[in-house]
Amino acid sequence: MAKKLALIASKGTLDWAYPPFILASTAAALDYDVQIFFTFYGLTLLKKDLSDLKVSPLGNPAMPMPVPMPNFVQMLPGMESMATMMMKQKIADKGVASIEDLRTACLESGVKFIACQMTVDLFDFKPSDFIEGIEFGGAATFFQFAGESDVNLFI
Amino acid sequence: MEFDKEVDATGLNCPLPILRCKKGLSEIGGAQVLKVISTDPGSVKDFNAFCAQTGHELLQLDEVDTSFIFYIKKRVN
Repeated sequence: MAKKLALIASKGTLDWAYPPFILASTAAALDYDVQIFFTFYGLTLLKKDLSDLKVSPLGNPAMPMPVPMPNFVQMLPGMESMATMMMKQKIADKGVASIEDLRTACLESGVKFIACQMTVDLFDFKPSDFIEGIEFGGAATFFQFAGESDVNLFI
Repeated sequence: MEFDKEVDATGLNCPLPILRCKKGLSEIGGAQVLKVISTDPGSVKDFNAFCAQTGHELLQLDEVDTSFIFYIKKRVN
């Protein structure tokens, strides 16, 4: 019987969008059954339009910067867009997959996406904001799969 | 070494070489051989781990310049 991987994706930034999709697509390639439960800001990762995904240097002292940059500079208007642009350029230069590509790879290999219904209601998202082929459910839905999974990760 | 299909993952980074390999394997039959070219240094460990976990057989690994060339025999179901 196939092994199972259950992930919770709770973050909605460009950098933190990678771990759930990398792990899920790789596990699927290793013949795991995979489900990802998207909750709170993680729901952003299921939107048709992924342009909301940004990376902020603010409050992230480990982020490599070309020149040392104090917090009061990082908070200036436009800095987040600039950091996001630089990150996307680096991603392309290094042959790292885009989030869109990884998400598609997950869907094509049978990874199941579950959107947290409570968060959808909380943030007034519309079902039409999201890509096709996802399910909506709550914590109990997650545990139905997670309870019998070999690996469970909260990201 | 003879092979039935080739996948070029040159310039791609983790996890893309593994994903391309998996896709390539799905397009050949059991006991056929897939050739994968990768330039990701992490792929040497990853392809060994991939084969150990999935039952496909890593027949040969060649290093040519900065490329790693894997020959993988698909498991027979």
